[in-house]
Amino acid sequence: MTQLDFALITGAGAVLAGFLGSLTGLGGGVVITPMLTILFGVDIRYAIGASLITVIATSSGAAAAYVKEGFTNIRVGMFLEVATTIGALIGAALAGVFAPSVIAVIFGLVLIYSAIVSVHPPKEVVDGTPADPWANTLRLNNNYPTPQGTRNYTVHQVGAGFGLMSFAGVLSGLLGIGSGALKVVAMDRVMRLPFKVSTTTSNFMIGVTAAASAGVYLHRGYIDPAIAFPIMLGTLAGALIGSRTLAKLQNQTLRIVFAIVIFFLAAQMMYRGITGNI
Amino acid sequence: MRIELTMSRLLRFGVLLSAAVVLLGGVLYLLQHGRAAEDYHLFSGERYGLRSIISAALRLDPRGIIGMGLVFLIATPVARVLFALISFLRERDKNFVWITMIVLAVLLYGFLGGKV
Repeated sequence: MTQLDFALITGAGAVLAGFLGSLTGLGGGVVITPMLTILFGVDIRYAIGASLITVIATSSGAAAAYVKEGFTNIRVGMFLEVATTIGALIGAALAGVFAPSVIAVIFGLVLIYSAIVSVHPPKEVVDGTPADPWANTLRLNNNYPTPQGTRNYTVHQVGAGFGLMSFAGVLSGLLGIGSGALKVVAMDRVMRLPFKVSTTTSNFMIGVTAAASAGVYLHRGYIDPAIAFPIMLGTLAGALIGSRTLAKLQNQTLRIVFAIVIFFLAAQMMYRGITGNI
Repeated sequence: MRIELTMSRLLRFGVLLSAAVVLLGGVLYLLQHGRAAEDYHLFSGERYGLRSIISAALRLDPRGIIGMGLVFLIATPVARVLFALISFLRERDKNFVWITMIVLAVLLYGFLGGKV
């Protein structure tokens, strides 16, 4: 296949990935690595490099929109980013140590988890229990706009949230993904933030987490410019089209279809990883 | 709300700028190498530090230009953290000045090719 063909076909695939990703909220990043490795036989290290670039691009673009609306809790985000960025460096270190087949299997497992979370989003648990003392010291508690006016919320289990975020960071650095699903679960279920705050703050954090390991990826040669450019531009274009499309987030059918596709890709990744065929 | 608006604009600008540079480099790359065969099955591990990207870009090597665009993209979230630091300094929030500086240190460590 010539370079031109490769760029055009992967670019088209990336547009589709970005489009579906933005409609379902799952992000195009999760599909990029399986697409490149399974369909194009690209080495998994180049694939996670391209995927990480996609993650930074789409999350920064999306975060731009969310921050304006006033849901993002910048303090919580910045505090948890200590955990995610350090985790990302650890994950990137592991990516250099683990065999590609191991990375493939872990990727498949995380993919399945993300698909499940996308179809069954965590139930919002907003109760009146007192905030974690750390939340008070660091002034993490905040409010968010609702049609009925601003509503206050408090932050809980800061330590556990921090621990989960470290893990999310490790996954991000190891697999070249955004770990958005895990971040939302950690903030929503464990730290008891309102759903919209969790999702927007998670989006806010994803780019920074990815940037932490991106530097390492660059220096190791995981990010090949010839592969990254059609993928990055394609996913951005797809996400832009997706954000303008009317058939949006709450479409459960679309999420289930996407989840099925992801299950299939995850199974493929794990199979190839186990048989050493990646 | 103002800091959030500035951050939002910054993010958008960073992504657009990097996309434009990447597009330019990509088109140039295909014009030069479009007919060459692709072979990404084998990982060559060509190290791609900041210095080699900048020198390649200055030579107008398309891969270097794409690389510069990618560097801009990676720098965008870093710039966002820098902005947050300035905002916390203005608010005199000592805790978060420290927290943000830690995040910035970790980011710069990775960005400048620290060993992990």
